Amino acid sequence: MSNLNINAIRADFPILHQEINGFPLVYLDNAATSQKPRQVIEAVSHYYLHDNANIHRGVHKLSQRATDLYEASRGKVREFLNANSDKEIIFTRGATEAINLVAQSYVRPKLQANDEILISHLEHHANIVPWQILCEQTGAKLKVIPMTQSGELDLTHFDEMLTDRTKILAIGQVSNALGTINPVKSMTEKAHAKNIPVLIDGAQAVPHMTVDVQDLDCDFYVFSGHKMFAPTGIGALYGREDLLNAMPPYQGGGDMILSVSFEKTIYNELPAKFEAGTPNISGVIGLGAAIDYMWQIGIENIAAQEHHLLEIATRKIEALPGVNIIGTAAEKAAVISFMIEGVHPHDVGTIFDQQGVAIRTGHHCAQPVMEFYDIPATARASFAFYNSEEEVDALIQAIQKTQELFA
Amino acid sequence: MSDLRELYQQVIMDHNKRPRNFREIEHANHLAHGNNPLCGDKLVVYVKLNGEVIEDVSFKGSGCAISMASASLMTEAVKGKTIEEAQAIYEQVHKSMTGEETDRNLLGKLEVLSGVKEFPARVKCATLSWHTVHAAIDSDHDISISTE
Repeated sequence: MSNLNINAIRADFPILHQEINGFPLVYLDNAATSQKPRQVIEAVSHYYLHDNANIHRGVHKLSQRATDLYEASRGKVREFLNANSDKEIIFTRGATEAINLVAQSYVRPKLQANDEILISHLEHHANIVPWQILCEQTGAKLKVIPMTQSGELDLTHFDEMLTDRTKILAIGQVSNALGTINPVKSMTEKAHAKNIPVLIDGAQAVPHMTVDVQDLDCDFYVFSGHKMFAPTGIGALYGREDLLNAMPPYQGGGDMILSVSFEKTIYNELPAKFEAGTPNISGVIGLGAAIDYMWQIGIENIAAQEHHLLEIATRKIEALPGVNIIGTAAEKAAVISFMIEGVHPHDVGTIFDQQGVAIRTGHHCAQPVMEFYDIPATARASFAFYNSEEEVDALIQAIQKTQELFA
Repeated sequence: MSDLRELYQQVIMDHNKRPRNFREIEHANHLAHGNNPLCGDKLVVYVKLNGEVIEDVSFKGSGCAISMASASLMTEAVKGKTIEEAQAIYEQVHKSMTGEETDRNLLGKLEVLSGVKEFPARVKCATLSWHTVHAAIDSDHDISISTE
């Protein structure tokens, strides 16, 4: 059990209080995107109502206020990830853009034909496709750590997969499709023993657990704001300062330069070097507000409530005949992928929606995982700390009604 | 739940459980793959054309109840029809799914598919086999289509 007052927390999320098709909304699609608390919505709204101006430019008061708010959020992200310095925090559109940035600016310049990029079978498409593009550009090879039937990484041959040709290990901390928590710290240690840099995709981890990039000792860490109660279109890249300093810019434009002439342009210092153009200022401010909100609730409390929901939901689903959970790793975030025998997941999604229960159905941007299990799709319920035990019961009832309809 | 019962009514459930013409045609002279990447519906439609007449039509594949039932109903509806007649039937089906006026005589029991109009996210599931049979007839070689 957790110490959270769920009713008080739910009052912070205005969107949760509505009916869908005559039933109270039960939002269990948090792994796709989370809902936003009033505190985040108000921070964004306050910025546009009172402080809107471009940053790092004007000498006028509004520009100064906008710049201060923007940079204060960077400080919060630094603390949130326990990075060493604000210079190590680059704002991006999300985890996807951050991975593309590392692929193109860090890995590409040192990549030669037949070099290797190591990822895993559990990855989201965002941690597959940027590396495939890079392989096409350079003739490098993509290597894939296999998975087991329970949805865990099969690390039996991990040591042999780390070769002197491996130029990066890029690995998700939590699987979005199955919820598996991967042993990224020990994997990073093994990669580093062979001088292989490590990128961790934390998109599914940051909403649920404390992240400490110094403890993980990773070289890069990426995440998206919208999965952790912040607006869409904002995320961040953490990169070790010495690596970021040595990397060429990812995009050129305003704000990332010290001086420009037609003969020579001198790039700005970190972190501005990687933030070309006017950034998503309101998104950054919203992200800062989301971090404040998570700190206020307490990340340990968030983790405890979600673990509680995962345990009771898993127990109740396992007790239902004709329902199979896909992904049964020992260490899981609050994600349950499941199949109802004889009912296609897409039909499940429509029938659930008619009862107000919002889940994701499909391949979850992880088609290789679906192929591993030889299924086209799953239904996926994913929980946040604002979900209640009553909502777990609504999920169970929705499953039973679906089975009745298809009986 | 009433709209839902309308969508998943007996005919749909029956065709989903026991799809008609669910087989390969050994000497099919037209064939197309249909793919709905959003939900993973995948099917192959086989057509044996004799001049302008669809002498035989069948399908294989997997997908949601709506896509499977729609494919099954499609094969029943267009088998023995001319290409032009099949096209006219599809136009009626499409109109019924988007809530337009339809010719009930032409539509017949395909009217059950009109239930998807209340579920916009599912229209692609219901139209997949129709697009695929159309692509098969139009092409001389194996062709793949996608609803996205």
